[in-house]
Amino acid sequence: MKQPQTSRRSFLALAALTPFAVAATTACGTSGPGSSSGGGGASMWYLSGEPNQTTMQKAVDAFNSANGDNKIAVTYFQNDAYKTKIKTAIGAGQAPTIIYGWGGGTLKTYAEANQVDDLTGWFEENPDLKKKFFPSSFGAATVNGKIYALPNQYVAPIVLFYNKELFEKAGVQPPKTWDDVMSLVKTFNDMGVAPFSLGGQSRWTSMMWLEYLLDRIGGPGVFNAIFEGKPNAWLDPAVIETGTKIQELVSAEGFIKGFSSITADSNADQALLFTGKAAMMLHGTWTFGGMKKNGQNFVQNGKLGFVQFPTVPGGKGDPKNGVGNPAQYMSISSKASDKEKESAKKFFKDGILTETVIDTYINSGSVPIVNGIEDKLDTSPDKDFLNFVYDLAKNAPNFQQSWDQALSPTAAEALLNNIDQLFLKSITPQQFAENMNATLGK
Amino acid sequence: MSNAVSTAPRAATVRTGAASTDKRKAALAWLTLPALFFFLVFAVVPLVGVLILSFASWDGIGAIGAAGMGNWFSVLADPGLYNALGLTFLIMIVSWLVQTPISLLLGVFTAGSQRYRAALAVLYFLPLLLSSAAVAIAFKALLDPNFGLATGLGLPFLAQDWLGVPHLALGLVIFVIAWQFVPFHTLIYQGGVRQIPKSLYEAAQIDGAGIIKQFFHITLPQLKYTIITSSTLMVVGSLTYFDLIFVLTGGGPGNSTRILALDMYLRGFRANLMGPASVIAVILVVIGLGLALFLQRLGGKDKQGSQLEGL
Repeated sequence: MKQPQTSRRSFLALAALTPFAVAATTACGTSGPGSSSGGGGASMWYLSGEPNQTTMQKAVDAFNSANGDNKIAVTYFQNDAYKTKIKTAIGAGQAPTIIYGWGGGTLKTYAEANQVDDLTGWFEENPDLKKKFFPSSFGAATVNGKIYALPNQYVAPIVLFYNKELFEKAGVQPPKTWDDVMSLVKTFNDMGVAPFSLGGQSRWTSMMWLEYLLDRIGGPGVFNAIFEGKPNAWLDPAVIETGTKIQELVSAEGFIKGFSSITADSNADQALLFTGKAAMMLHGTWTFGGMKKNGQNFVQNGKLGFVQFPTVPGGKGDPKNGVGNPAQYMSISSKASDKEKESAKKFFKDGILTETVIDTYINSGSVPIVNGIEDKLDTSPDKDFLNFVYDLAKNAPNFQQSWDQALSPTAAEALLNNIDQLFLKSITPQQFAENMNATLGK
Repeated sequence: MSNAVSTAPRAATVRTGAASTDKRKAALAWLTLPALFFFLVFAVVPLVGVLILSFASWDGIGAIGAAGMGNWFSVLADPGLYNALGLTFLIMIVSWLVQTPISLLLGVFTAGSQRYRAALAVLYFLPLLLSSAAVAIAFKALLDPNFGLATGLGLPFLAQDWLGVPHLALGLVIFVIAWQFVPFHTLIYQGGVRQIPKSLYEAAQIDGAGIIKQFFHITLPQLKYTIITSSTLMVVGSLTYFDLIFVLTGGGPGNSTRILALDMYLRGFRANLMGPASVIAVILVVIGLGLALFLQRLGGKDKQGSQLEGL
């Protein structure tokens, strides 16, 4: 009779303790990194990895030594780890002052949850700053007509790289049409060289093929309808034809054997191109720096060729259209203090795309999103490549942001999963279109 | 251990009567408070939170809204869930079938006392010291069809698209899991074998039983509870295989290695669907509890008693 009483009492005691426990854990939570930027500065999270990390660190150091009251404290994270961490931090109200990102669908979710500040008014107050950047770079920073992010860094379209040495050996020219692509696939397979390198396990690598094919076949309107969530936008015949062309290319062994177990993070796909194991590679221009550094003079000796994505006979898309990343973006957390926001804006204005930083980007083989850099590009040893990228970005009638960035995270994850299955031929192009159609509006 | 603790009060009961036993037990009950406290804060509270979230719509960033049964209906109607469930059980069963015999035999072998066995045991235990992420990255690099072991050592049969073909990737995942966890279970079996009284084997030898007979009639029956412990850890642990598969295949190719725990992560943190991810978390908890209870039942009612009693 006594014992149950005791245990009931201990349970009551425990119940009384629970609020303290909750209080204790929440107390720990609020003292996280978000509020640790004492001294009036702003915190910033940025990606690790060279050469960008050093470039950013130098820019921050220069800004900090000139602005004692507005110091920026920067922390570096690996790309994939960062994407998860920043989302969790924002959800928990622990975001850094400056939120780095890729604009598009993710920025839209932040903006609609009121997690990032509207910068439209601030850009109006600083017209010179707005005029400094490529106009196309603001598209992915804009949500419902308002600008929520500062475009920065460089423009990175996706282009068709090829190994000039292998092309000379085969006596062929880079492809201008889809028919050229299919005949080159046969030529290189007969030579015992893989036609295209692809890091298929990363999935967004395969997505780049769909982006260009859909544009060349159906024009930019098809994806715009998808982006706007129009009913049955994914069921457009151009989507089915794109999927069919992809599976034809896979069946013709267009991609290197084992492509679905190769990742882009390890740069193995770039290595396949510069070691001559694969003849061509569709990839972002951000890979240029890596190939220059790791390719043992492959780039320096002029063996790397680059052309625009070929046209598809009967297609509606302008062959000058580009896809890729129009820029990278930085937003300001709406949870930051006024002082922190002020420091962040000062950094946006004076600290980020300084002359030194612009030069560093150009030296590493990238085209910063700044107007009037033609002279600088012309003096670079990589001027052929840089001018090619610059002209592509400047002259493209339509520059489509990468789909996984443009779409909402929910739709993007479904897209990557379905693309993987499309390339494995475990679903038909029709099923692909239907699966994706179910994600419209999500 | 439980034996020693429980006999002391029993002896006291005989001497001083029931009243003082209750007092003693009451005093002991307070000793569980710290454990209960941490269990409440770190297990019960999050569990309730997940249960609530499974009825909410939340993208992990904005406001949390009510979703009613919506998440449950959509997840239960999703063929992806059954694919993940099937894979989880497949990996669980095949892993058990692969790991148990190997670790049992290795455990029996390393329980011996010769010096070379000690040296070998150290080698067997090495994989246990590595983190799953490191193991996954290492295997991924070694098995790369273009730059891995196959080209390095000139072994063309190794140049398979290991992580790119669905059934190869699944097999490889099971192999790497076994490679990493066999040492742990070997350690458990080694401990179990060393607990078996030598007198049993001596008696068997006098009766003329050979090594194989001894194994099947003494070692195996005596290891019954060790097998149940190891199997429980293996089976319930397999529900949480995540890091290794995440780094090795990311759930691919297609959905061929997307087990339940990974499915939960990808839905929650990649696709911003915290509600459906919570539904899967609840399903995982239920399956884990069910399996643990089932395995406990297998042990029979006498499992809390000493195996050495009567010796």
